[in-house]
Amino acid sequence: MSIDLGLPDLGGLAEVPTTDEPQKAKDYKSDQEVRWCPGCGDYIVLNTMQSFLPTLGLKPENIVFVSGIGCSSRFPYYMDTYGMHSIHGRAPAIATGLATSRPDLSVWVITGDGDALSIGGNHLIHALRRNVNFKILLFNNRIYGLTKGQYSPTSEEGKRTKSTPMGSLDHPFNPLSLALGAEASFVARALDSDKKGLTEVLTAAAQHRGSAFVEIYQNCPIFNDGAFDVLKDKDEAARRIIPLRPGEPITFGPESEYGVVRSGFAGLETAKVFEIGLDNVVVHDSTVADPAYAFALSRIGGQDLEHTPTGIFRQVARTTYDDAARAQVAQASEAKPADLQALLRGNDTWTV
Amino acid sequence: MHLAECQQHRQGDRKAETVTGAPVQKRGTAAPMSRETTTSPANATTDVTKLDRVVIRFAGDSGDGMQLTGDRFTSEAAAFGNDLATLPNFPAEIRAPQGTIPGVSSFQVHFADYDILTPGDRPDVLVVMNPAALKSNLPDVPHGGILIVNTDEFSKRNLTKVGYDASPLQDGSLEPYQVYEVGMSSLTQGALEGTGLGKKDAERCKNMFALGLLSWMYHRPTEGTERFLAEKFAAKPAIAEANLLAFRAGWNYGETTEAFANTYEVAPAKLPSGTYRQITGNNALAYGIVAAGQQAKLPVVLGSYPITPASDILHELSKHKNFGVTTIQAEDEIAGIGAALGAAYGGALGVTSTSGPGVALKSETIGLAVMTELPLLVIDVQRGGPSTGLPTKTEQADLLQAMFGRNGESPVPVVAPCSPGDCFDIALEAVRIALTYRTPVMLLSDGAIANGSEPWLVPDVTDLSNLSVEFATEPNAMDGSDEHWPYVRNTDTLAREWAVPGTPGLQHRIGGLEKADNQGQISYDPDNHDRMVRLRQAKIDGIDVPDVTVDDPEGNARILALGWGSSFGPIGAACRRVRKSGMEIAQAHLRHLNPLPANLGRILESYDTVVLPEMNMGQLAMLLRSRYLVDIRSYTKVAGLPFRAAELAEVFTDIINDTRPEGSGEADHVLTEATE
Ligand code: SF4
Repeated sequence: MSIDLGLPDLGGLAEVPTTDEPQKAKDYKSDQEVRWCPGCGDYIVLNTMQSFLPTLGLKPENIVFVSGIGCSSRFPYYMDTYGMHSIHGRAPAIATGLATSRPDLSVWVITGDGDALSIGGNHLIHALRRNVNFKILLFNNRIYGLTKGQYSPTSEEGKRTKSTPMGSLDHPFNPLSLALGAEASFVARALDSDKKGLTEVLTAAAQHRGSAFVEIYQNCPIFNDGAFDVLKDKDEAARRIIPLRPGEPITFGPESEYGVVRSGFAGLETAKVFEIGLDNVVVHDSTVADPAYAFALSRIGGQDLEHTPTGIFRQVARTTYDDAARAQVAQASEAKPADLQALLRGNDTWTV
Repeated sequence: MHLAECQQHRQGDRKAETVTGAPVQKRGTAAPMSRETTTSPANATTDVTKLDRVVIRFAGDSGDGMQLTGDRFTSEAAAFGNDLATLPNFPAEIRAPQGTIPGVSSFQVHFADYDILTPGDRPDVLVVMNPAALKSNLPDVPHGGILIVNTDEFSKRNLTKVGYDASPLQDGSLEPYQVYEVGMSSLTQGALEGTGLGKKDAERCKNMFALGLLSWMYHRPTEGTERFLAEKFAAKPAIAEANLLAFRAGWNYGETTEAFANTYEVAPAKLPSGTYRQITGNNALAYGIVAAGQQAKLPVVLGSYPITPASDILHELSKHKNFGVTTIQAEDEIAGIGAALGAAYGGALGVTSTSGPGVALKSETIGLAVMTELPLLVIDVQRGGPSTGLPTKTEQADLLQAMFGRNGESPVPVVAPCSPGDCFDIALEAVRIALTYRTPVMLLSDGAIANGSEPWLVPDVTDLSNLSVEFATEPNAMDGSDEHWPYVRNTDTLAREWAVPGTPGLQHRIGGLEKADNQGQISYDPDNHDRMVRLRQAKIDGIDVPDVTVDDPEGNARILALGWGSSFGPIGAACRRVRKSGMEIAQAHLRHLNPLPANLGRILESYDTVVLPEMNMGQLAMLLRSRYLVDIRSYTKVAGLPFRAAELAEVFTDIINDTRPEGSGEADHVLTEATE
């Protein structure tokens, strides 16, 4: 049961101060030399972020990037905003304290598949369940890069790496399914190379009030090169990528000849449009209350990238932890003035 | 004990905590000291004996409500104006099997007509609700002590459960004690007949019967308890009424039967004048944090995860949101401190509260706070370890963990309160250090202080120091550019500036990687790392802490009893005993463990012998030996319970008389039983 806290229906940036001063991508570039490997997908995401932020028109001093440990977690150093490069897996915990006490900040958590899904798995699911107002960008390269190439919780079963010469035994996570299972109110996926798609997702995430979870497929040319190549090849991409557009039937393929249809108990599958008819193709609606729909979407395709829906899977309004926490403090302050002397005295005193 | 007596040993008006004078009325036995007996006008058959102090222990099954009973008796003693100290002792299990030894819960209260320092070594009066309580607590009662026994629970079955072949009430084994047999369960049921309450429910009120009886024996005021019961069970008037009836039945039982020949009076204590209340260590800590937030004009964010015996700090703070306090019950210990650190980065007073196992999990984040040089308060309410250890018992064995339990050179200031009331002052002191020096601070409380209570002279808030801080507002780059350099330091304190997000023009990045001196970009430069390690150390070493004071009434002592944390009470009480027997001993107590007070080295050198009792294997002794190259006679005990004053008095006396064999108690790591 949710309690009506009388909270206004606000966007994610409602209390973050804005500026009329025109901003450019370079305003968000710090003076630090970027040190990812040449060709790393992280560069493209960084560039996209730097060109996207000016469109929000926020005061740059009110933007904070918090990261954990891993290649992607160097991200905050390259942004000319406030930033904290914290410890492995803990960025969502740190961001929870920051976002709860500072509604005037736009807080972004930068993490990777190892950072968020392995060592920090607990903090990730609890941040999503609480729906704290910060954005989580999970750079999924399906490998440990910084420690030089061990398999990660999103690596495919049987993957041969330095630590698994006979093949890994672990079954991988589907990050989106996990986030949805953790009650996430905003879930999306984008490709590092798709600047337009990524910008769209980032914009919606920024405006979402609550935790926004964005999985970004990111290529690591050094330790897992080409993991997502099939999605970057023009012909293959047309066959495999399923773009999710609000209010439109979910079709894909070079001629939009495929569509997503209902299947079994609350499931979805792909089918040929001419066989089932366009009327039977599911019309995408990310605001459906029941997470089963977004979950079914997240199960289409998967590890083998045979089919890969991209865009916003789920976006629903739910009370955020930080709004509710502040509301309690405000409510208590209104009900009872902060009289320290009275608190220290209590009700049961005696005088000597 | 009052205020932080360990901060400033009060002189004068010192009365020795007398060697246990059990209020026994055994015919033919010489009356113990400081007692006068008169005949009560109210009851011609009952004598009133005046005592200067009494230790009472209530013991029963965990389901018997002994903590509540003890707590109420304590409140009555407080309302009456006695000085007091308490020691709750309960199992880690919520409900261990009924009637068994592991299921026994007890509450000891020591009250007196003078300022006392400890909850008392041994009970003068033991109230037992069942055979298990008798069996586990009897060894603590000195011969001649009073036993008040609920005979209704002494069934064959219950006796067998704890290994009694014959009832100790009948086999003569209790001869050395003065035993009062009272059928508390049946008397309570009898008193509640006609209330419509079932037998079982009626029987559950027997703890209030015991409280009523003891309240009568010790001439306690009863209005407080009557009011308390009415409020506690406001929603269940029938239960309130039943408890009240049981309480009165206990009182009347004492008054009307002739079973008890004596009642006892302990006059109010002559304490420094002022307004007092009773307070536990955990509550005082919570209040200290609220006060610190107010004095610093900062919102407080507590990130915490439930853990015994620290959870009450979270509970208490969550009640005071009207002071701008946000409490986050996190998903785990790591998230608790993470949220606190994140809030500190945003300009709040970040606090996390836990016990030793939680500190182990938080270590990496404490290291991050050391590296990012952000203010943070880390509270460790120590309990028995290692691992899960003894969750509900006390210990002081996390000192080295607090000092060194992190990777790398990671210095952290450490402070420790000396009593429940001192938790308030130490919280403010810890926050002062954290804010002034931009550092995490470890505050080491322990189970005895956390759950123990004492009268507390309510501070006047206008006397509290101002803790307000200034955030950075202007660029500080040393090259004259308009940038913010995060690691430029204040020349006095070596603290870096606190530039919070939202401040225009000061955008910067911090993190766990080593940073260049001043400028603060990532640096792997060997010389820079060496410099930064030394700077971080110098900052902590340079923290301004008050000198330690020595209590030596005659001024000629050659032996110094040194302590830290909750052992202040037993050490102080032991010193009083030693002095009463005509010998001299000095006492000093450390509230600052890192850095140590500047005058400590000189003090240690000026005594022939320094003896240091600790509830660990000699952790502070080890630190002091290596730091000052002086010998320390370490006396250690790790039994999950506070030291007894008598035990320490014997150790001190032996050392003064030089009758303690060399090496004995010298970090001998032997669990020493108290010998009285
Ligand atoms: S190791 Fe891989 S992920 Fe890391 S920086 Fe290099 S290319 Fe990027």
